[in-house]
Amino acid sequence: MPEQNDKEIRRRSIWYGTVTFGLVSIPVGLFPGQRSQRIRMRMLAPDGTPLVRQYYCPREDRQIEPEEIIRGYEIEKGKFVTVTEDELEALAPEKSREIDLRRFVPVEQIGLKFLDRPYFLVPMSQSRKPYRLLTETMEKSKKAGIATFVMRSREYLVAILAENGILIAETLRFADELRSPEITGEVSSKNISGTRIKAMVKEISNAAADDLDMDELKDTYTEHLTELVEQKRSAGQDLVESPEEERQFREAGKVIDLMQVMKRSMEKESGKRKGSGSDEDEESLESLSKSELYNKAKELQISGRSSMNRQELIEAVRNG
Amino acid sequence: MSARAIWKGEISFGGVSVPVRFYSAVEDRKIHFRLLHEPDRTPVEQRMVDPRNGKPVPGEQIRRGVETDTGEIVMLSEEELEGVVPEASREIEITRFMRQGKISYQWYDRPYYLGPDGGNENYMALAWALEKERKEGVARWTMRKKRYVGALNGENGRLKLITLRYAGEVIDAGAIPRPEGREFEPMELQMAGQLVDALTGDFEPAAYRDEYQHRVRELINTKALGNVYRFEKPKRRRPETASLADTLEQSLAGIRKQKSA
Repeated sequence: MPEQNDKEIRRRSIWYGTVTFGLVSIPVGLFPGQRSQRIRMRMLAPDGTPLVRQYYCPREDRQIEPEEIIRGYEIEKGKFVTVTEDELEALAPEKSREIDLRRFVPVEQIGLKFLDRPYFLVPMSQSRKPYRLLTETMEKSKKAGIATFVMRSREYLVAILAENGILIAETLRFADELRSPEITGEVSSKNISGTRIKAMVKEISNAAADDLDMDELKDTYTEHLTELVEQKRSAGQDLVESPEEERQFREAGKVIDLMQVMKRSMEKESGKRKGSGSDEDEESLESLSKSELYNKAKELQISGRSSMNRQELIEAVRNG
Repeated sequence: MSARAIWKGEISFGGVSVPVRFYSAVEDRKIHFRLLHEPDRTPVEQRMVDPRNGKPVPGEQIRRGVETDTGEIVMLSEEELEGVVPEASREIEITRFMRQGKISYQWYDRPYYLGPDGGNENYMALAWALEKERKEGVARWTMRKKRYVGALNGENGRLKLITLRYAGEVIDAGAIPRPEGREFEPMELQMAGQLVDALTGDFEPAAYRDEYQHRVRELINTKALGNVYRFEKPKRRRPETASLADTLEQSLAGIRKQKSA
């Protein structure tokens, strides 16, 4: 059932809400368009036991609890202005579920240096038609929508781009987060000889190619590290058992799930779907992995989430 | 107003070599707080603690390791970790030049400005040639013990290099099927096109700012002066919904009215 997939979009997306275009509103879910593949290095005791990070007061030389900690901004050496969580919360932008497209710009005007993080916008069942109309119109006119929106209590500047019938949301850096190119110093455009430029153009055309080569984009460091780890693991060398609570945040399989949700959501508006929805799709929080639950908790800004076990996360997300 | 370079390297391809200095194009404008121990505001330290006895482990005894999918931890020695670190080099190897716009936006990660290091002429010639030919180079280099891939561009006579995400880090938009449905009526497409046109302007990044960061800075400045900050919540409006053609029509009418007013 379409509504069922909408539920899944709400549950699995990082953010869900409405893209408004004039008076047209398009309910969508936001999914990551990238994932880090960096290997997380663990800090271990000499015998391999994973260590945990704890706060210490160097003056009293003792471990302190989060309740004893306050945030401070250093205005001059050793002098702090303190700020409470409540104050910061009061300053946070109001939770909103809207991306209001009130400005469109030619895509080529958006400088590449503004691009921060890519996300996909996936339409909910009732919004495929306006979604397609907006996408088609933007693609045809080579325009991107610019808006600000609130996600996880933070305000983002975002460019909505249409590519192959899909809407991509690229969060953008704010203008004051980018330096001026002039920080590199003077460059004089005078006195470059035409022949030098011509020679350069020729060298460039000698190395011309049509497209990216994925082999060139390989993360060779991660590959080598993975090989080393795998080699030692299969040889049983320097191996310790990982404690159960430590086996969290494993991302494997998550992307495939995500693809399923997106695919189902993009399927034809009529036919096919009827009767194919089984009750197994009706997933509850219990069926989510710990890392999925953790991400939910993060979105809901549940404090203390990193020290919660699976059941506690379920409870917190349900009540959150 | 020139800043300090973070690294020096040499762009090379074919018979060309261009020595450059790296500058980060991104400036962290976020307000970072220190964590303080409340009674006397001593800055807090983080220590790695052995969960079995609650005692901190001194830095020189800490070892590193990687958790495997099979739920084990493989411990790695300093020598082993050092062994996989890429070899240091000044070379910024350009492997290919493509038409600008061939790389999908999803790949772009972090921008750096490049300035000439020494001789200016090859730098200028490369920047102009790239801009004029609308080409973008794919670069590979090792900076501070890390391997990078990036896209080299020319703009206003200057070079910039934007790091690209690694293969496998970008989720392929092409793998998502495009949503399908009946063809649109010419009328619907026309109205949507008009609405986009009516809302079209220039990209003006300076018109937006991170209001939250701005308010936090105001709060700190106010408190630093010993004054009391007044909190107010910004309000946001809620839109209504109706049928597609009607709303397009209404949207257009609304914009026409605004423009003539």
